[in-house]
Formats: sequence, C-alpha cells, structure tokens
Amino acid sequence: MNNHEAPTPINSKFFSKGAIVLSIFTLIGALGYLYRLIYGLGAATNLDNQFPWGIWIAIDVATGVALAAGGFTTAALADIFHRDKYHSLTRPALLTAMLGYTFVVVGLLADLGKYYNVWHPMLPSMWQGNSVLFEVGLCVTIYLTILYIEFFPIVIEKFMGHVKLPGILSKYNSLVESFLRISNRTLYRLLSLFIIAGVVLSCLHQSSLGTLMVIAPYKMHALWYTPILPLLFLLSAVTVGFPMVIFESILSSWSFKLKPEIKTLASIAKYTPILLFCYLSIKVADLAIRNAFGYLGEINIQSFYFILEMVIGVIIPMVILFQRDKRYSIKYLFLSASCIIFGILINRINVFLIAYTPLYSSSFYFPSFIEIVVTIGLMCGLVLIYRFLVIHLPVISIQRVKYKIVSKIPASKSVLEG
Amino acid sequence: MNKDRRKFLKVSTAITASLIPAVSVSSSEECEIDFNDAYGVLVDTTVCIGCRNCEKACNIENNLPEQPQGNFEDKSVFETNRRPDVSAYTVVNPSIDSKLPKYDSYAKIQCMHCNHPACVSACIVGALTKCRHGVVSWDAWKCMGCRYCLVACPFQIPAYEYEEALEPRVMKCTFCYDRIHNDKKPACVESCPVEALTFGKRGELIKLAHSKIESNPNKYYDHVYGEDEIGGTSWIYLASKEFINYDLPKLAEEKIPSLTESIQHGIFKSFLPPLALYGFLGLVMHSMRQEKKKEALDDEQS
Repeated sequence: MNNHEAPTPINSKFFSKGAIVLSIFTLIGALGYLYRLIYGLGAATNLDNQFPWGIWIAIDVATGVALAAGGFTTAALADIFHRDKYHSLTRPALLTAMLGYTFVVVGLLADLGKYYNVWHPMLPSMWQGNSVLFEVGLCVTIYLTILYIEFFPIVIEKFMGHVKLPGILSKYNSLVESFLRISNRTLYRLLSLFIIAGVVLSCLHQSSLGTLMVIAPYKMHALWYTPILPLLFLLSAVTVGFPMVIFESILSSWSFKLKPEIKTLASIAKYTPILLFCYLSIKVADLAIRNAFGYLGEINIQSFYFILEMVIGVIIPMVILFQRDKRYSIKYLFLSASCIIFGILINRINVFLIAYTPLYSSSFYFPSFIEIVVTIGLMCGLVLIYRFLVIHLPVISIQRVKYKIVSKIPASKSVLEG
Repeated sequence: MNKDRRKFLKVSTAITASLIPAVSVSSSEECEIDFNDAYGVLVDTTVCIGCRNCEKACNIENNLPEQPQGNFEDKSVFETNRRPDVSAYTVVNPSIDSKLPKYDSYAKIQCMHCNHPACVSACIVGALTKCRHGVVSWDAWKCMGCRYCLVACPFQIPAYEYEEALEPRVMKCTFCYDRIHNDKKPACVESCPVEALTFGKRGELIKLAHSKIESNPNKYYDHVYGEDEIGGTSWIYLASKEFINYDLPKLAEEKIPSLTESIQHGIFKSFLPPLALYGFLGLVMHSMRQEKKKEALDDEQS
C-alpha cells in the first residue's frame, strides 16, 4: 500500500511561476496592511458605525477558522477513531490548520482598533464569561498553541540527529539536540492528550463563532437569524474539513507534479455527502420551524445569496459526492470540494455581512480596495508559507509513480484502473 | 515526590478556585442592581422644542468638538436624519413624519443605558460595564477595539473613532458619570430650558411617566418607551405618537443577551460538557487503539 509511505520533504524549487504571482499579491497585501497600521481603520477600510465589521471579520477570521477545520476533523478521524489509512492526510491538514489559524490572528490584528491590546483576554482580571467573543478568543489562542505543539514533532523529525547551527551558534548543537530528544520523548507520550484537546476546543469555538451574531436579533435577516446558528456553524465546519483536505491535496499534487492519492481522497469523501445532507435537512427544518421560507420568495440580495449558498455550497456537491464513481474522479472531487469551500465562504459572508442589516444605514457596506488586497494577500501568503514548509519539512506523503494528467481522462474508470 | 505532588495539587486548586469567581462575577454583579433605584432620564418629546441646547452642553461637558456647522443654533441640521457619532454623543431629531417648515416634535437620541445591555454582555474584555447607578460606561484601557459592542447594540448608538490610527475610542453618552457621582444632573438635563428632560430615580420616573399619560390621555401615546423594551432602559421616552417616528425601534421585552448567555452558559455549565466530550473522545481513542492492537495480534497468529 502506498498509503503508508512516510512523509518526506518535496523535492521542488520554491519559486515556480505560480509562487512568483502569489509573492506579488502577498507583497501588495503587506503594503495594504502597513497602510492600515499607519493611517488607521478609517483610511484603510469602508467600515463605519453602521457596519462595524467587514470582510476582515467575515472572510479572514470567520471563513479562515472554518476552512482550518480540516485539522481537527482529520485528527479526529485518523488519530481518535484510528482510521489509519487516512494518516497520510493528517500532516497536510495539521499544517493547513496551523497556518490557517496563524493567519486568522494576523487578519484579526488588522481589524482590531487597538491590536496592541490583543493579549487582554488572557488576563483573568479582564475575563468576561458572558461574552461569546471571549470564549472564541480564548479557545482560538489555546488551540493555536496546541497546533504548534502538534506540529513540533514534524520539525523534530527533520532536525533531530543532525542539528547544524551556523557559525558561532554551532557550539550549542548538542544542547539543541538534547532539547529535541527530550521534547520528542515527552511529546510522544502527551500527543494524544493534545489531539483530543484540539478537537474539543475546535468544537467549542467553531460553534461559538455562530453564536456571535445571535446577539443582534434586530439587525439580522430572518433567513439566517436562528438560535441554532452555533449548531449550523459547527456542522458546516465539520463538513468542510475533509473537502478542504481534498482540495489542498489535489492542488499540491498538481503544483508539485505528484500523483494524487485518489483512493484515500475518494474514501474520505464518502463522509461528506452524508454531512451535507444532515446540514441541508437542519437548514430546511430550521426555515420551516421559524416560518422563514417566505423570505426566499422576495427578490432581494438576501434571498439571492441564500440560494447561492445552498445550491452551490450544499446541493450540487452533495449530488455529485453521493455517486461513488464521481468520488473516484479527481475532476469531480476537486469540483465538489471547491463548491463546498465556496459555499462556506458565502455562508460566512452571508451571516456576518449580507444578513446584517443595521437600523439606520442608507448605504450598504462594500469592502475598500485596501480591505480586498489585504484579504487576498493573506491568502496568498498562507499558500506561500505552506509551499515553503512542505518543501523543507516532512509533511506530504509521496507516492512514487509520476503523476500523469488525469483530469483529461474521461470519467473515473481509467483512474481506477491506473 | 509525594509531597511535591500534594503541593502541586494544592497550588493548582487554589489557582482554579481563584479563577472561577472571576468569570462568574460579571453576571452576579449585574443582578444586584436595583433598577428602580438606579438613575434615569425621562424624555418628554411633546415638550422638546428642538433648541439643541442639550447637544451644546453635552459637547462642552465631554470636550467634544464644535459641530461642523459652527454653532448649535443652526436648525438646518434637522433636514437630515442624524445619528450620534464621534463628535456628538447626543443629537436631536425631529419626528420623521413631520415636514418642513414646521416640525411637530423632536426627540433627543443618545445611549439608552439599558438595564441589561447587549454591549456589556458582548464585550470580550469587560471594558463596558453597567454600574449600580445605571450608567453603562466604557474603559479605554481594557478595550481592544473589536467593535462587537457596535454590532450588539440594538439602538445603534456606540460610535467608533475609525480615523484614529492609535488609541481609537468607543464614543457614546457617559451619562455624565462624574457629575451624577457628585449629585449633579447630567449636563444635557441641566441645559434644557423647557424641562423636556427629567433626571431622577428610574422607578420614580416610570411612575411620573404613567401619571403624565393618565392625566393627559389625549396628548400622549399610551406607552412608556424603555419601561419594558429589552428588559428596560435607564432613559425612557414619552411621545404623542408611535415611537418609530423618532427612530426608536420596536423591540420586544426579552433581554437581548439572554439567548447568547444561555447558550454560552449551557455549553460551559461548570465546564462539564467540554470535559465530558474530552472524556468521551479519550475513551474512543483508547478502545479503538486496543481494537487495532488486537487485530494486529490476530493477524500475526493467523
């Protein structure tokens, strides 16, 4: 079985054409970020007193957290439920989660008026147990720490046994070496505890992100305002977890010219349509119970976005993935995973922006140029660091067969045979 | 070894014990407020003449800038519907349905100082607090500028200093906290030439409002706005017509934070649900691991 091959650093140069384009976008984003720090939120964004939250919260933070859910769902499946065949997916998923959450924090810092006070929720004297945001903040902080701890063994694996510090630092080689050895032994024993804690913390803050907007009942559009928002957020995060792993696995196989792990990916995709079906059923039941179906008949931006979210993000990928042969096609897997990710993006934008109809606004919020370039820059920066780390650290499990262009082969049979 | 362990346990219990009250304090403190005894203001929109003296007094008291129009006597500002912002904690608006050249009535808008403020419940660091006098105030030092209070406020009152790159503030009516602590009336109330604003204990103001309606039922719309809305507000209103004409939104009696807080406290009830989930997952992990080991053993034997 190829699946059990050990992860290795990818042999590839960093600056491919795509990476250069990404670097340019990252640089522009960084300049936008700098602009915000120097001139303030007013100059950099289109936020005002009516619309205090924009895409930095809806996309960078809320969508970012949801898309990083691959980390905890894969860990739960492979490590807690011991579905060992998925082990090759845990490291890329872990890396995505670690970088995803790191960039959530970076994005959040741009949005905070007083970003230099971001440590305040950690002081017990400022704890505010009634605040949903406090719980989200604390959980994300602890979870991010745990993600770094979970990722540390990968760094240890790379350097243990051959630590070579440059120049004058080389006399500390043995010291660092023994530190790595001790951490390796300790982490090996404690890792399970951290993995479970990571799953629990994820469930807590993924759902609480949904509770955030429950505090604004008079501003939220009825299509999205429901007391079960936390449940919907948790379920949608769990649902997007595996598609995100599939999405990035296929992308990196294309980027690095590797053979996609089609069997593993097809196998993990079998959970997704079931989760989508559950999500769809709860959504429909929720609308029915709250008598909110009528709002779908109204022709406005809200009904359009709601239908967009449900059709592209839920129904289309569900129909595709319920068919076994489609799951074994890279093309369809990628298409449906992209749909689900797009659906999550639209859903989070919907809940935080489209559904948000403040009482006295005469206009509607649309992100500024700076807001957009920062958001794009953050995404590109994340991909670049991901690329850098998988080139240098043992993250991706390579299958030896050279990757041939599969997407052009019609249907799935040929892939199955190959 | 054993001694160390006991010491560790002792210390950790002490730490835990000292942390738990810190979390629960905020809610219990709020419950202790006697809203009848807290301060409030009754705004009688049928009396207000739209002179904007209260706006001027407020800006002077709170060191806010002069309005762009230059003075507070300018009545042309009434042509646009204004909201409180970073340069004005309070604004006076004519009723929406009345038109030029003569407005029939005016309402002063500012922070309502809710009994159960959504902003206080939302604030991540407890920078917003409700004190026993009824004042909802904001602590510049704690605030990290997340603006969740702006999202949560059902009256859309707090304004944010977006233009400040450093130390931006959340700007809203302070209820002249320092003045009322020194037994003085808020600046706006003191400046009102026609006594459209009455400062006092909230319980007595509600009685006063009802007696006004009773003695003059033709003049007043039969409702005291803010008596029950979202659990009550410190600032209450009387009017001759529906309050929506003064941009005071129709709100139910249910306290805004009650739903989020019950979800929140349900999930964290003595930390049991998270701990239970942790235990459950641990159990699953353990039993699955045993199963795999057994399978591997069986494989070897066969």
